[in-house]
Amino acid sequence: MQEITEAPAEEPRSVGAGAATSIGVRVEGVGRTFAGRRGAVEALRGMDLRARPGEIVAVVGASGCGKSTLLELVCGLQQPDAGTVEADPAVLMPQRDLLLPWASALDNAALALRARGVGRDEARRAAQPWFDRFGLAGFERARPAALSGGMRQRVAFVRTLLAGKPVLALDEPFAALDALTRQEVQAWLARTLHEEPRTVVLVTHDVEEAVLLADQVVVMSPRPGRAVATLPVDLPHPRKRTDAAVIELRESALGALGVAA
Amino acid sequence: MRRAIRILPALLIVLALAGAWELYADLGNVDSLLLPAPHEVATSLWQDRALLWSNFLTTAYEVLLGIVVAAVAGLACAVAIHLSATLRRAVYPLLVASQTVPIPIVASLLVVWLGFDLAPKLVIIGLVSFFPIAVTTLDALASVDPEQRRLMRTLDASRLRTFRFVEAPAALPGLFSGAKIAVAVAVIGAVFAEQSGSSSGLGHLVQQAVPQLLTARAYAAVLILSAFAIALFGLLTLAERVALPWAFEETRGGSSR
Repeated sequence: MQEITEAPAEEPRSVGAGAATSIGVRVEGVGRTFAGRRGAVEALRGMDLRARPGEIVAVVGASGCGKSTLLELVCGLQQPDAGTVEADPAVLMPQRDLLLPWASALDNAALALRARGVGRDEARRAAQPWFDRFGLAGFERARPAALSGGMRQRVAFVRTLLAGKPVLALDEPFAALDALTRQEVQAWLARTLHEEPRTVVLVTHDVEEAVLLADQVVVMSPRPGRAVATLPVDLPHPRKRTDAAVIELRESALGALGVAA
Repeated sequence: MRRAIRILPALLIVLALAGAWELYADLGNVDSLLLPAPHEVATSLWQDRALLWSNFLTTAYEVLLGIVVAAVAGLACAVAIHLSATLRRAVYPLLVASQTVPIPIVASLLVVWLGFDLAPKLVIIGLVSFFPIAVTTLDALASVDPEQRRLMRTLDASRLRTFRFVEAPAALPGLFSGAKIAVAVAVIGAVFAEQSGSSSGLGHLVQQAVPQLLTARAYAAVLILSAFAIALFGLLTLAERVALPWAFEETRGGSSR
């Protein structure tokens, strides 16, 4: 089901490989309630989401609408109380890069392979081509503290890719970056996902980011979260935030969120 | 240079205290057999240097070996408790109970049982100094970001690999903190152990010196014991900086941890 190592030199992996078993992500009528200190907190109720293999779905919503819970369900870190979650194996890329401060950038990326028992040298060899490709060459031995926020996020992304899973669950991957770096990394991610197609569920509170990156934008209601609108984004890449179509979609997404345009 | 300036205030306080002590002892009409002046302690340090040195070697040997015992026992406890909920329930209460034992009494009993050699000293030193190592290491292991653990789970890491790649390295600063506390109490433990029955060591020397009214020598021995503990503490601090440079780094912009 999963490859042990991946290198970009290989044939671009079609996510539909073994299409019979590939389902992407299918979330149907999912409810999830947590027992909180002050009573139960209902994070999700009747949530639906569909990402076909190779599709990028962005999920937008206000803070605390259950977006992160949704991703954990997709990754199998939690089980739903109601409804069904079906997904190809998914890897989580959390909001914070969570790089290990003692390990070099290369070893941090290679962690995805080490976690599955790949030897150190082999894991490093597998991570190296991604460093060359993502403009991280020369920083292999740098510890995370010496890297800029954008570079750290790219290292974290290499780690995510090396996990070799067909589904990427990105949890506000750019929220911790400053505005300028964020734009730069967004453009980079759009490019990378174009060349390296994966099924992506991208959670964000940034509507513009969603429209720039995704094939489909799902707007969630406040807690308990559910999908209130699904907007297809049928625009060619690269998209610019100043494109009329992007602005129009952004406004309709904001409208669905209940924010006056 | 900057480090020298940083320890200057502490040095000044020590000098001021020693000066006050000296004045009090010289002018206050205090019998130097009851309270020797600092200069008498210094004289004893020089005159008894051979005696002090040979006894210091005994104590230093006990302390160093005892810390190794404590580190091994403390680490083993911490890792076992961390990895197994059953062991946590079984061992943690005992760990705490071990620290309620009145050391001076147990020290005498251990001498009765194990004799006057190294063994009871190692047990005492191990007993007092494994606890800080176990507790700080355990805390450090437990305080690993839960999100980091979740990440390892989505990377399909086994419990053991999560421990090896994430938790164990993250716990190293905790281990060093524990070891720094441990060296201070190890020296105290060594003195208790020696006073309960031994034929050499600085604790033994103090015990012999006081009834003979060689108070200056006793103070000299105490001074050496403190200096030894401080030196060990300093060495550990240095070792930590060399071994874990990442723990002292400033992160460049943005959040990493």
